[in-house]
Amino acid sequence: MKTLRLTLAAIAATLALPALATKTLVYCSEGSPEGFNPQFFTTGTTHDASSAQIFNRLVEFEVGTTNIVPGLAQSWEISPDGLTYTFKLRRGVKFQSTPKFKPTRDFNADDVIYTWHRMADPNHPFHKNSPAQTYAYFADMGMARIVKRLEKIDESTVRFTLNAPEAPFLANLGMDFMSILSAEHAEKMKAAGTPEAIDREPVGTGPFALMSYQKDAVIRYKAHEGYWDGRPKVDNLIFAITPDASVRYAKLKAGECHLMAYPKPADLAAMKTDPKINLLQKEGLNVGYIAFNTEKKPFDNKQVRQALNMAINKQAILDAIYQGAGQVAKNPIPPIMWGYNDKVKDYDYAPEKARDLLAKAGFKDGFEMDLWYLPVQRPYNPDGRRMGELIQADLAKIGVKVKLLTFEWGEYRKRSKAGEHQAMMIGWSGDNGDPDNFFTPLLSCDAVKGGGNNAKWCNKEFDDLIARATRTADRKERAKLYEQAQLIVKDEAPWVTIAHSVRFEPVRKEVRNFKMAAVPTNHYFSKTELVK
Amino acid sequence: MLAFLLKRLAVVIPTFIGITLLVFALIRMIPGDPVEAMSGERGMDPARYQQLLHEFGLDRPLPVQYFEFLARALKGDLGVSIVSHEPVLREFIDRFPATFELALCAILFAMALGIPAGMLAAVKRNSPVDYGVMGVSLAGYSMPIFWWALLLILFFSVHLGWTPVSGRLDILYDPPRVTGLMLIDTWLSGEEGAFRSAAAHLILPAIALGTIPLATLARMTRSAMLEVLRDDYIRAARAKGLSPLRVVVKHALRNALIPVVTVLGLQVGVLMGGAVLTETIFAWPGIGKWLIEAIHRRDYPVVQGGILLTATLVIVVNLIVDLLYGVINPRIRHPR
Repeated sequence: MKTLRLTLAAIAATLALPALATKTLVYCSEGSPEGFNPQFFTTGTTHDASSAQIFNRLVEFEVGTTNIVPGLAQSWEISPDGLTYTFKLRRGVKFQSTPKFKPTRDFNADDVIYTWHRMADPNHPFHKNSPAQTYAYFADMGMARIVKRLEKIDESTVRFTLNAPEAPFLANLGMDFMSILSAEHAEKMKAAGTPEAIDREPVGTGPFALMSYQKDAVIRYKAHEGYWDGRPKVDNLIFAITPDASVRYAKLKAGECHLMAYPKPADLAAMKTDPKINLLQKEGLNVGYIAFNTEKKPFDNKQVRQALNMAINKQAILDAIYQGAGQVAKNPIPPIMWGYNDKVKDYDYAPEKARDLLAKAGFKDGFEMDLWYLPVQRPYNPDGRRMGELIQADLAKIGVKVKLLTFEWGEYRKRSKAGEHQAMMIGWSGDNGDPDNFFTPLLSCDAVKGGGNNAKWCNKEFDDLIARATRTADRKERAKLYEQAQLIVKDEAPWVTIAHSVRFEPVRKEVRNFKMAAVPTNHYFSKTELVK
Repeated sequence: MLAFLLKRLAVVIPTFIGITLLVFALIRMIPGDPVEAMSGERGMDPARYQQLLHEFGLDRPLPVQYFEFLARALKGDLGVSIVSHEPVLREFIDRFPATFELALCAILFAMALGIPAGMLAAVKRNSPVDYGVMGVSLAGYSMPIFWWALLLILFFSVHLGWTPVSGRLDILYDPPRVTGLMLIDTWLSGEEGAFRSAAAHLILPAIALGTIPLATLARMTRSAMLEVLRDDYIRAARAKGLSPLRVVVKHALRNALIPVVTVLGLQVGVLMGGAVLTETIFAWPGIGKWLIEAIHRRDYPVVQGGILLTATLVIVVNLIVDLLYGVINPRIRHPR
């Protein structure tokens, strides 16, 4: 009897020990992922829970910057004509094991081929694996148009051939939807008669493996022991899904989570003084702005646009609405992005000068205009209505009478695409840290037709510059072209650039080595540690 | 009894059809559509927009869409979520136990406090006890749930540290899902501390959700009791020399319960509405939170199916309540 008791005690002790030693990092996230295959989805919340934890890409973004660094591709070569991209793949990269799948081989070129063709080829056996799912981001980024073909050169080399030179292509490959899936996993699940499991029980090469997902409540991950970039420092990772920002903060204070997403601006002051919390911050990869419809009078007149630029007190807007969570924007791209032209001089706030300029343009007595304000909160604009009121007051000072109006968000975008507005608030959040990702969709002549160019502004000189930049592989040369382009935008003033937001993230002091990412705004925990 | 049941059922069918029509129409009256809601600032090119509308069957005439929805719903097929691509029924079943558990605890909490409080107020009419109970219940009734819930969290969870802030269970535990009811699943798992954790997580949400029904029940019980206590047979019972407790509990309460049970049945609807707020604040993975998200994303099948199922539930509960009258008061069973 005594022996039995001792044995039981010994078993209990061995069971209890690892439990005591395990380190579990808990992140209070803002919402539920739509699924776990990053190819299907476009939202940050979903990508944070899937691609950032479970998967890797051929190239990655250095955490905290917009620089592109090697991921599953160890190195790459771009042909002088900018048409072929040859990737040398990393060797010895292990896929995760799950209860239903044990990988028998390392990552290789077949996985890249499978991942790509699953999205690109409508006849691929797995293209329609999950019914009614679409490859939205792949389509949105024009990947099918950019790439002519993808070939496997050998086990650890793949080559993309493009239709035309497209320098931002490399950055596209680092985006979440380009996460590399396991071809072997797909084949095995299909053979087992459960092909839908490949998207529901994902297998990747990333730092954490998905263990379980309790809908709308908890996502559990385990450290991937064989992770190529070094086993994560914590053993378990948990996403505690908590949609209310005040409750997330309460959980953080109570020690129920180690870090949280999207704090309320009103809570920032308290977080800054909390001895248990480090408040991290990072400039957002976005811009909020007013777009004038340059196809409509009087906004076809450059002087009018410039005058309105001078009449709006941006600093006052920043102080009143962003409450420290933003910085004044003078360019269409944020300063965190390479190619940003810091030499551009913004229009000073000068109502007198604005009034003179307006008179010179033939509007001595001002005019009446509509300004559409954002009906929803966006990362780049926390309060459209309030911003509208401030601008209304500013412009009244130079004799411009502003009527504020808005529509439901879907309707807002639809009508603006059709060019029904005179002037409107809008903004943009970057996808991949490439300047082209701002300039082409928002200010190119093509985007006038496409609808993304809300200013309906088409400038030949500017258009040539940004088109040349996409054809140039060398980043320094590209940066120069974009710097020039920014000068034109400032002078032509199709927009009033208002602000780039600043993101905050409160983290408990016991968390070490966590950095906020710049692009995409995911959370990367593979190097993060917990200390007592 | 059978005739009574049939009569009630006859009312249920048009109600059901009315709900399907209302739900179908309301969600489509909100501007925007699921495809529009998917695209952000980038927008979507018109061809792809049309193609997606077609894939979701949203490009067909509305009457066609409605009758297909109705025909399928009658067969038990509520369609597939546009966002997650999972069957709506399955998504509902995954989340329903959480809401059920919460609502049940909330209503038990409301009954356990509300009915005795109402009785006490009635018996001690116009005394400080009465004023106290009525005052508190009026405050409870008028309290916005989200504010009340945050107040509870800040005081009990953050300040005192007695209860967990949100969620259904401490992240340490991951019991296998058997019933979906956390109290039962943790108990079955036998893991030490898991059941206690599940119970602790229920306290604040149940209080937050149960407050309005509690206030309603207390007020209802009080007024029903007051009416009954004036009746002759109560005087007769007292005159017989029965103990005051016996008079109140055995003679008065039973007759006072009829309106109370009605109110209780109606509270199911209130609970479902309140669950939306309570679940969002306490990160409670139930139906309310699910529906809110679906409305934001214009996920038509989920909104239609989810509301239809919830409404059906409310109808069924009220039907049961109607039948319960018969048990409490046989006169209703045989109307003359």
